[in-house]
Amino acid sequence: MAVLAHAEAGEIAARLRVLALPAHQDLRAPENGLVMLRGRVGGDGAPFNLGEATVSRAAVRLASGEVGFGYTLGRDGEKARLIALCDALVQSRDFGGAVERDVIAPLREQLMVRRKQAAAETAATKVDFYTMVRGEG
Amino acid sequence: MYVAVKGGERAIENAHRLLASARRGDQSVPEISLDQISEQLGLAVDRVMSEGSLYDRELAALAIKQARGDLIEAIFLVRAFRATLPRFGASEPVETGAMRVQRRVSSTFKDIPGGQILGPTFDYTHRLLDPSLAEGFVPEQPATADASTAPTPRVTDILGRDGLIESSPQAEEGASVGDLTREPLNFPADRDLRLQNLARGDEGFLLAMGYSTQRGYGRNHPFAGEIRFGEVEVEFLAEDVGFAVPLGSIELTECQMVNQFKGSATEAPCFTRGYGLAFGQSERKTMSMALVDRALRARELGEEALAPAQDEEFVMSHSDNVQATGFVEHLKLPHYVDFQSELGLLRKLRKEFTDANAPDAMKEAAE
Repeated sequence: MAVLAHAEAGEIAARLRVLALPAHQDLRAPENGLVMLRGRVGGDGAPFNLGEATVSRAAVRLASGEVGFGYTLGRDGEKARLIALCDALVQSRDFGGAVERDVIAPLREQLMVRRKQAAAETAATKVDFYTMVRGEG
Repeated sequence: MYVAVKGGERAIENAHRLLASARRGDQSVPEISLDQISEQLGLAVDRVMSEGSLYDRELAALAIKQARGDLIEAIFLVRAFRATLPRFGASEPVETGAMRVQRRVSSTFKDIPGGQILGPTFDYTHRLLDPSLAEGFVPEQPATADASTAPTPRVTDILGRDGLIESSPQAEEGASVGDLTREPLNFPADRDLRLQNLARGDEGFLLAMGYSTQRGYGRNHPFAGEIRFGEVEVEFLAEDVGFAVPLGSIELTECQMVNQFKGSATEAPCFTRGYGLAFGQSERKTMSMALVDRALRARELGEEALAPAQDEEFVMSHSDNVQATGFVEHLKLPHYVDFQSELGLLRKLRKEFTDANAPDAMKEAAE
């Protein structure tokens, strides 16, 4: 589900459009709020409060009973609702496979391509040290 | 004391209309979009998120636009906005050791596992104004290279393995995390509250405080053990779900300062640490924060605390630029009654002075 939090609402919606979705309803309408982000002293010590982030959340129930929750950074309630819908679908015997194959897998692939490109650009700025020997050149 | 004064409503309304017009500037110049601010003034957005204490790029960009680029005003707007939303809870502490590093440098070890990675930096630029940026600049595609999958452990972890540096203080079981947005500040303050205060503190103030320690006001012999910038994942233990859910990722900068030793009869000497962490790419901020964090540990480390940067009440009470600007700028609100009473007192004192000196002056003139 981490993949969905990294995608845009439009991308998730577009992928979901290829599925014939079952009936579902909002168990909790999208709601915006804050989560206090925590770091650790020295990176690995006791936690401390760094600052807050906006978060949107929603919950969706399928007619067949599965309940899904959606949480995401930002204030895009529609994205939280789509994540909740996917979370519910993943648990359903009829839709679990299709959501993984048609929604999550391609978005994961897309995320990996983006990250690989960023990693390659970063790697090009890695320093290759060489030692100057006195008397040469 | 300032009192309510009536009669300024129309002037205020018209002043705000004039402000809106001044903010937009010459309307023959295209309006700036939030995306343009977020993408092209990204470090201003990072600063507003850090000191506004709210991670939301779009809101920070809006605040910068609304504040006409006045970053402290923008930070004020963001702080006011955060008061309008409910808090769902607190995240799991972020794992900076697992950061997808975009920049990572150490001034203490040349050959660190994972390497020295410069990333997008102003370092080594010549600081000459570049006229080609004035218009229509199209950058080259970034160079690429094979990315290594080797981990990039924190430099402090490497030093820690040999016991050469103190380990980070761990939380006591069941201890709550201090939150200065919920409880009033009391002194002495624990490290968690100090770091929260510094993380949202004014960059300029922390820079000056950190600089003062380098110049000898509470010297602590720092080395930049490591500075890293990149993305970390955020997880939140959602009560309705029952486990930690992924929220997405945020960009952070972390600075580990390595400082002069401490030791005692029972403990071998080792390096001490100062820590800095902030939203976005905020290198100057996190370096300053780490210097000040270390300085504020003077008491705990048994050092003489004589310098301003070592005085937690002084630092923590003056680091917040929203509080500071509120108190400084309130001086421009009407103080008419206050001033009238001061004026009355001054007139009285001057009259007394004249009366007391008048006979002498007459005498001198007569002689």
